[in-house]
Amino acid sequence: MEYTIFILLLPFLSFILTGLLGTKLKPVAAGTVGTVVTGIVAALSYLTAFSYFGAGRNADGIFPVQIPWNMEWLPFGGNLHIDIGILLDPISVMMLVVISTVSLMVHIYSFGYMKGETGFQRYYSFLSLFTMSMLGLVVATNIFQMYIFWELVGVSSYLLIGFYYTRKEAIAASKKAFIVTRFADLGFLVGILIYGFYTGSFSFTPDSAVIGSARVFLPLALGLMFIGGAGKSAMFPLHIWLPDAMEGPTPVSALIHAATMVVAGVYLVARMFPLFIGYAPEVLHITAYVGAFTALYAAVVACVQSDIKRVLAFSTISQIGFMIVALGVCTSADPHEGGLGYMASMFHLFTHAMFKALLFLGAGCIIHAVHSNEMSAMGGLRKYMPVTHITFLVACLAIAGIWPLSGFFSKDEILAACFGFSPVMGWIMTAIAGLTAFYMFRLYYCIFWGRENKELHAEHKPHEAPLTMTVPLVFLAIVTLLAGWIPFGEFVSSNGQAYRIHIDWSVAATSLCVAAAGIALATWMYLREDRKIADGLASRFSGLHKAAYHRFYIDEIYQFITHRIIFACISTPVAWFDRHVVDGFMNLLAWISNKVSWMIRGMQSGYVQRYGIWFLGGALGLTIVLLLI
Amino acid sequence: MDYSAIFSYMYTEIALAGIIVAALLYDLIAGKKGRRAFHGIMCTVLLLFTAGTAFPFHKETASIFGGMYVYDPMYVIVKSVLAAGTLIVFLTSDSWLRKEDTEFKRGEFYVLTLSTLLGMDFMVSAGHFLMFFIGLELASVPMACLVAFDKYKHNSAEAGAKYILSALFASGLMLYGISFLYGTTGTLYFDDMSAGINGSALQILALVFFFTGLGFKISLVPFHLWTADTYEGAPTSVTSYLSVVSKAAAAFSLMVILIKVFAPMTEYWQMLLYIVIVLSITVANLFAIRQKNLKRFLAFSSISQAGYIMLAVISGTPYGMTSLVFYVLVYMVANLAAFGVISAVEQNSGGKVGMDDYNGLYRTNPKLAVIMMLALFSLAGIPPFAGFFSKFFIFAAAFDQGFHVLVFIALINTVISLYYYLLVVKAMFITPNENPVAPFRSDRSTRIGLVLCLAGILALGIASSVFDGISLYSFGL
Repeated sequence: MEYTIFILLLPFLSFILTGLLGTKLKPVAAGTVGTVVTGIVAALSYLTAFSYFGAGRNADGIFPVQIPWNMEWLPFGGNLHIDIGILLDPISVMMLVVISTVSLMVHIYSFGYMKGETGFQRYYSFLSLFTMSMLGLVVATNIFQMYIFWELVGVSSYLLIGFYYTRKEAIAASKKAFIVTRFADLGFLVGILIYGFYTGSFSFTPDSAVIGSARVFLPLALGLMFIGGAGKSAMFPLHIWLPDAMEGPTPVSALIHAATMVVAGVYLVARMFPLFIGYAPEVLHITAYVGAFTALYAAVVACVQSDIKRVLAFSTISQIGFMIVALGVCTSADPHEGGLGYMASMFHLFTHAMFKALLFLGAGCIIHAVHSNEMSAMGGLRKYMPVTHITFLVACLAIAGIWPLSGFFSKDEILAACFGFSPVMGWIMTAIAGLTAFYMFRLYYCIFWGRENKELHAEHKPHEAPLTMTVPLVFLAIVTLLAGWIPFGEFVSSNGQAYRIHIDWSVAATSLCVAAAGIALATWMYLREDRKIADGLASRFSGLHKAAYHRFYIDEIYQFITHRIIFACISTPVAWFDRHVVDGFMNLLAWISNKVSWMIRGMQSGYVQRYGIWFLGGALGLTIVLLLI
Repeated sequence: MDYSAIFSYMYTEIALAGIIVAALLYDLIAGKKGRRAFHGIMCTVLLLFTAGTAFPFHKETASIFGGMYVYDPMYVIVKSVLAAGTLIVFLTSDSWLRKEDTEFKRGEFYVLTLSTLLGMDFMVSAGHFLMFFIGLELASVPMACLVAFDKYKHNSAEAGAKYILSALFASGLMLYGISFLYGTTGTLYFDDMSAGINGSALQILALVFFFTGLGFKISLVPFHLWTADTYEGAPTSVTSYLSVVSKAAAAFSLMVILIKVFAPMTEYWQMLLYIVIVLSITVANLFAIRQKNLKRFLAFSSISQAGYIMLAVISGTPYGMTSLVFYVLVYMVANLAAFGVISAVEQNSGGKVGMDDYNGLYRTNPKLAVIMMLALFSLAGIPPFAGFFSKFFIFAAAFDQGFHVLVFIALINTVISLYYYLLVVKAMFITPNENPVAPFRSDRSTRIGLVLCLAGILALGIASSVFDGISLYSFGL
């Protein structure tokens, strides 16, 4: 499996090549390099997956962890060292497949979507950087390597959100994303340091003997790490950057802010799962509550947004909430007794990556066609863009959890896990699933049916996207149709043993009914040309509607805290102190340095005989000092 | 006497001596065409030599010639670092050597430079003070010729005179100190001498006098006064050699002798170094702030860097030795890159070396400006360039041995040094200039040299295997 190193090296080389050559390369050439490289990476990832799972289970009935490549990068003395390597286990192999597939689709899609943009080469260069970082993150052999690549994905996300750097909103959004996630990463870093300090290793699976003494600190370390994960995965209240991140190009939103990077937090918790379940189950349950609240909050907000990318962004937040909940409700490592959520979460991560990427890419086609993100510019588009329409519908059905699409299977497992934890949690999540169906079909109807913006469409007739854009859509739609039938539990489960997925029909029936109700409600409210009911409800509950539309003023609260409290009461006085007292002191030092420098300039007279005197005088002076001590 | 042992352990010096003789002969017999190929041949030969002697063949210590010459894997590493530095100097000196007034004597440049390198190799490998002194002189005397290489230029001749006078003075004092040591201990062998070292007044005087000799080579305050004049006057390629390779050899031998011979007087030489470090770093920084000539500026920068190198020596630990060699390596690539750029600009612009001449360099020669910037960043110790890591290791080495105040002083000086390094960066990138250095394309050999330096600046810190590899062979008190 040594070839796995190329999975990381090739995108890196592509990044260096396209980045250094820049505009010297023709746009098509840069795009081709990026796409071909990603294609090879995808092929290698599939090969890795085949040979890894094909090698079979070992005597304990699990797929053994393989480390085909590892080097000690930075030793700290003692046993503590930072390694860089590649670790293959069921979840990392699964992630390799997910990332490389979505990345390849986005690379192909971007040919059409980004055509003619200035900075096309830069775009592909950044995509390669991101692909490399994300792949490096999932195959990390230790928590510190993960952190390094974690920051790298953060940087690439920053660069890509701010791709249109001449637009003020894009700059603000990229800064916001970077600062919020950096802020959360501080928690991650402190957690890693505590972890390394007390267990004496950065390994994911430290010796149980060492853990003994570190027990007390593990919950703290893991909790802090989860803060980092919550930042990347946009958990409430650190979610504020994700909706703004939609300022980036839409394929980027599909790749980074829907399918891969934002699930890094989920992946982190899954990675640390044995430690969570063994030493800090209470922290794990806290994550479940955070996830559930986030899922609910984001679903409610998604119901009233008018920008289609924002709806999808909140839907992503909500779905990641589902995955976190699924992990958080685990009570043991045995999938038959309370450990089902682990498998469910990873399964949902997999299916969600596919259908959410599909939704975003579809949204990209729509935006491409009508040149606007606002629903008001759409309506009735089904006539103009049949391929986009059908594939979008498939994705909507999948995310709503309709049998036999992939979303149904993974969501069903999550709900079963929640009901296993507590009925309250189960019902709450079922209700959110219903909300999901509602807002997704609201989106669907508003785009493809409903009131058509005839004026705008007469001016500029919407058209179906080119082949480079529709092919990825069709491919992802097929995956979405079929992925549910993958016996996912055979590959990934909380204790590594094979787990046969069986549909719990009481749960499934409930969720299907709720989803159908959500879709029906959306159909009733939004299918027709006049949206009497919807508008009526909005005006009747105008307070609630307005609050939800403004995302419950969370951004404003942040604004208030940072500007009015932190900036005004802390930063301003500190800045004053810095400017006057610290700088004054430094200026004094500089002034003294300059004066002394002038005073001693005579030393460097240019006369070699005087140099000799200094030389001898220095030697004798030093001798005297040494004799005196 | 078993002659095979000589070849087996002294292979570096023997090969180098062979190269020198061959170069001398080639210089005599080569025709016009052969001379034109001289540069390429010398660079290739030196590259092969560096590669061939880079890794120690034997993992154990051995001594030949009755203990006069000592073989140690660590010495091999140090010598390979010196050889690599020389190679880069050769690479970046082509355009200067091709000038009309140096072309006919370019062979002498190679022979003289390699002779000093041979002297340094002997100095590093010495097990006896006589051997050490011969090595030192072999490294000094040809160096004076090199400094005065452009002998028809007033500056170069003056620099040569200043260098040789200061060197004589330093050697005299050092020899005087060594004679005291011989008088009080009755031996000149490193291994035997430490038994007779007891810290008497005479030996303290001897220690200081001995130290001045190397302090001169490393250019530590107050033995540094020749540095600025010589660096300014000498041809830029020679200056770069002087500032790096010569300094590295002396610093390493100093550490070895302090550890091996003066171990019983550790507290004395630590005190000595303490004072000298504070003086070197501070005084050099104060002078560097005001320099307008880039070569003088780098002279003071190199004095302050020498002070930092001494932080590794003062610790006296194996870790200190590792960080010394690593620091020297990193300092070498950064400093040679800076001098390489200066040399390229000087040769292509008719001798411009003033700070003001560099205003707006980025607009006309962006690649050179970026290399210069990275070199200066590395010298200043800004992460993630190699200079940050090397400074970190040096500080850690001194800090571990309890020199907390010293490290703090060094840290403050690092901040000051950042200021003057950035002055150059500001000149190149920000300050406008109506008449900047015209765009030019430097020769291939210089480009190779600069790319090598650049790779070192970027990669040495990140590739931890370099530091680990050095640490395998380090020794200390």
